[in-house]
Amino acid sequence: MSLTTAQPAGPGPGAGAPRRDLRSGSLPRYFPAALLASSAAVVAGVLLAFSSFGFVLWAVLTALSYTVIVVAASARVESGRKAVDRLVTSLVYICFALAMLPLVSVLWTVLGNGLARFDGYFLSVSMNGVLPSMDAGGAYHAIVGTLAITGMATLISVPVGVMTAVYLVEYARGRMKRTIMFFVDVMTGIPSIVAGLFVVALWIILFGPGNTNGAAGALSLAVLMIPVVVRSSEEMLRLVPQDLREASYALGVPKWRTITKVVLPTSAAGLTTGIMLAIARVIGETAPLILTAGSSAVSINWNLFDGQMMSLPVFIYSQVRMGGAVNYERAWAAALTLILVVMLLFFLARMIGRLFAPKSR
Amino acid sequence: MTTTDAPTVAPPPRGRRRIGDVVFAGLAQGSGILILVILAGVAAFLIVQAWPSLSANTANFITDRSWDANVRENPAFGVGALAFGTVLAAAIALLLATPVAIGIALFIVYYAPRRLASLLGYLVDLLAAIPSVVYGLWGIGFLAPQLVPVYEGMARNLGWIPLFAGPASTSARTILTAGIVLAVMILPIITAMSRDVFHQVPQGHREAALAMGATRWEMIRLAVLPFGRSGIVGGAMLGMGRALGETMAVAMILSPSLAVSWNLLQSGNQTIAGHIALQYPEATGYGVSALIAAGLVLFAITLVVNMGARYIVARGNKES
Amino acid sequence: MAKRIDVSGLHVYYGDFLAVEDVSMTIEPRSVTAFIGSSGCGKSTFLRTLNRMHEVTPGARAEGKVLLDDMDIYAPDVDPVLVRSEVGMVFQKANPFPTMSIYDNVLAGARLNNKRMSKAAADELVEDSLRGANLWEEVKDRLNKPGSGLSGGQQQRLCIARATAVKPSVLLMDEPCSALDPISTLAIEDLIHKLKEDYTIVIVTHNMQQAARVSDRTAFFNLSAPGKPGKLVEMGETNKIFTRPEKKDTENYITGRFG
Repeated sequence: MSLTTAQPAGPGPGAGAPRRDLRSGSLPRYFPAALLASSAAVVAGVLLAFSSFGFVLWAVLTALSYTVIVVAASARVESGRKAVDRLVTSLVYICFALAMLPLVSVLWTVLGNGLARFDGYFLSVSMNGVLPSMDAGGAYHAIVGTLAITGMATLISVPVGVMTAVYLVEYARGRMKRTIMFFVDVMTGIPSIVAGLFVVALWIILFGPGNTNGAAGALSLAVLMIPVVVRSSEEMLRLVPQDLREASYALGVPKWRTITKVVLPTSAAGLTTGIMLAIARVIGETAPLILTAGSSAVSINWNLFDGQMMSLPVFIYSQVRMGGAVNYERAWAAALTLILVVMLLFFLARMIGRLFAPKSR
Repeated sequence: MTTTDAPTVAPPPRGRRRIGDVVFAGLAQGSGILILVILAGVAAFLIVQAWPSLSANTANFITDRSWDANVRENPAFGVGALAFGTVLAAAIALLLATPVAIGIALFIVYYAPRRLASLLGYLVDLLAAIPSVVYGLWGIGFLAPQLVPVYEGMARNLGWIPLFAGPASTSARTILTAGIVLAVMILPIITAMSRDVFHQVPQGHREAALAMGATRWEMIRLAVLPFGRSGIVGGAMLGMGRALGETMAVAMILSPSLAVSWNLLQSGNQTIAGHIALQYPEATGYGVSALIAAGLVLFAITLVVNMGARYIVARGNKES
Repeated sequence: MAKRIDVSGLHVYYGDFLAVEDVSMTIEPRSVTAFIGSSGCGKSTFLRTLNRMHEVTPGARAEGKVLLDDMDIYAPDVDPVLVRSEVGMVFQKANPFPTMSIYDNVLAGARLNNKRMSKAAADELVEDSLRGANLWEEVKDRLNKPGSGLSGGQQQRLCIARATAVKPSVLLMDEPCSALDPISTLAIEDLIHKLKEDYTIVIVTHNMQQAARVSDRTAFFNLSAPGKPGKLVEMGETNKIFTRPEKKDTENYITGRFG
């Protein structure tokens, strides 16, 4: 093998080769931050001078001026490609800000408007005997209804959902498995109002027209909840290491005992997380309940099988439909209650998921 | 989709099937089949209950724009106007949400500081946790009043475009407002699907782009977006399915109406889902049956869209 | 076109962890330099610092000097994007863009800098690059087919064509043959021989026969102790390293006593 070229002799062979400069003019590292801060300040100053300061307007103008200036500066100092890169970076940040805007706005307005009426009284009295325009009444009956209906829906969907997940992970294979998985996915896309109409149609056939009660509402929510429970439980069951199952089989434990004594307990935390997220999702469902549990109940009703049942989301809707100022106050307060419940479920679910996550991840 | 088959371990050989195993397996399989039964039941019961009004209907159900169904005989109703409103609202939502969602997904996967990424993703997920009725309340109680001057400005300056012709609604309770709220609601869905595929882009492809001197955006254009296309399209279709069927935000923002209008700044349009929610409490005679028929149309549309979306996503997963 | 690389006092860190310690070496232009050493000794990590690709990994950073001819690629105003178009890279696993045709794959990098390339110029560049990669005859009739339809060895040569189309002066190859069969490996090795006429080539390999076959100079990397950073043990002309190494560690590795 020849090694003649290996001598580090002579001047570098690069003589005459086109020399590419690796340096490019570049904006200082602090430039974007400094520019953003100064655009924000200048825009705020200008808006205040015209006494038309609004948060959204300020944010939009700041983002706009920052983007324009940074792209122009980059195109001048750096290069066209760099300028495009900076433009996209800027746009991508703006997209994220655009998503945060409604989130903050919804939470902020619900909090701001809801606090006026959100108190012990509101949470502990119903609308029984309260005229819509009276400065009285609360959402207790709706809270009761939400608890009863959602509780019942959970009781229906958890066994069905978890068992389906067990079937998909432990038993099914081939065409049957693919079919069920596909239709579970499709089922997650059923519009909630269609689930409501389904129960309406079923109830007309079973009990005749005009029968609205909490059980119907619970069933319609279960239709929406089952696929969510299946999907999350399925994921959790798949996380259970195969070794655990094999160890159990090796001890001569039958398959069903293995599932109930090893697989399900191992994934219990994950299953709980998934179920709580599913509850959080259906607890705010409104449309199916208007159809199935009615929208005009005013008194406390714990009986799922007897008459209309109010729920928090439907309470919000029916108060908005009445349209008076005090109705809107009640709606905002109920919305605050509902959001607090949903957020609580959401955070608890995350906590459980994080604290008891399988160690194998 | 997680289609990885867990390698099913054969239980130890045994002489007879245990009673417990048989019962438990039966229960599990029964639950799976129950889901198929429910889905079939949804279609079947809707058809059965829609039939009386559809057979008595004196108008063309698909194209007619009127809704005279709350009568004891000779109802005349159709979903023409409502279907138009439904598609228009979903189209607006999709147009607004898809680019933003792609941007958010790129932000979370490739731009945000690593430590913050999961927290930021979680914040976007929170958007999906807010109940639709709260979005409706926010839309009518906060967003619409804010939009009134914006719409007036648009009508003044862009009024020569038919979509934005004036005079703008003084309440801003229009299809555009509904579309904006729907866009916010479907944002987390499209974002989640896009994020998933962006995470799956092979490191080799990204490094190949960077190694030949691509900037971050050029790397995304060369390696990430082509790879993620099926996920983005599938996510957008799932979002559209949601927007088509979303009820409360629309029912609260739009007033009952049966008009067909391309004008986004004036009220008049209504969607199928919104119409059902608004009309149901007052339905008499053939009314309920007619609304169920409308629901059947909605079910069929969303079913097709969702199946299409799942198909595209599944095919994309297989290719990669 | 080929350029000399002078590395002095280079340390590579992942976060607080020192992965490669104090490397200094000179890589000659128009020659092939091989990096050998056991797994995890930092040779790939070090290779990636030569075109600042390590910066893609979060938390990774390098300290020291890497001169490309006279230009320090770590100088404050140097743009890593330009460094990478000057120092190309080929990876262990062939990675043509799956959605692009063979033609577009070759042009992918070149088009970044030259958007308005004429059709004729593009055709010429594609043909030159593919010929340079010994691939033209095999693919000239299916340039518009996706690159993912090629065999593993062809895909790797396509990736080399894609890298050379950018007109770099240095080519870094990170175990380019480890996923290939012997015949494809031979084709790549022939190609490396040909490419060294125009480029400075640095190749990381696990295969000592390969290092002996293709390289002019060889650098041996090793961990100073398990859990300690990797370092350059010895560098010299390939046949000297393989026949008369100066260091005991090198000899042990070459003779297969460990690694």
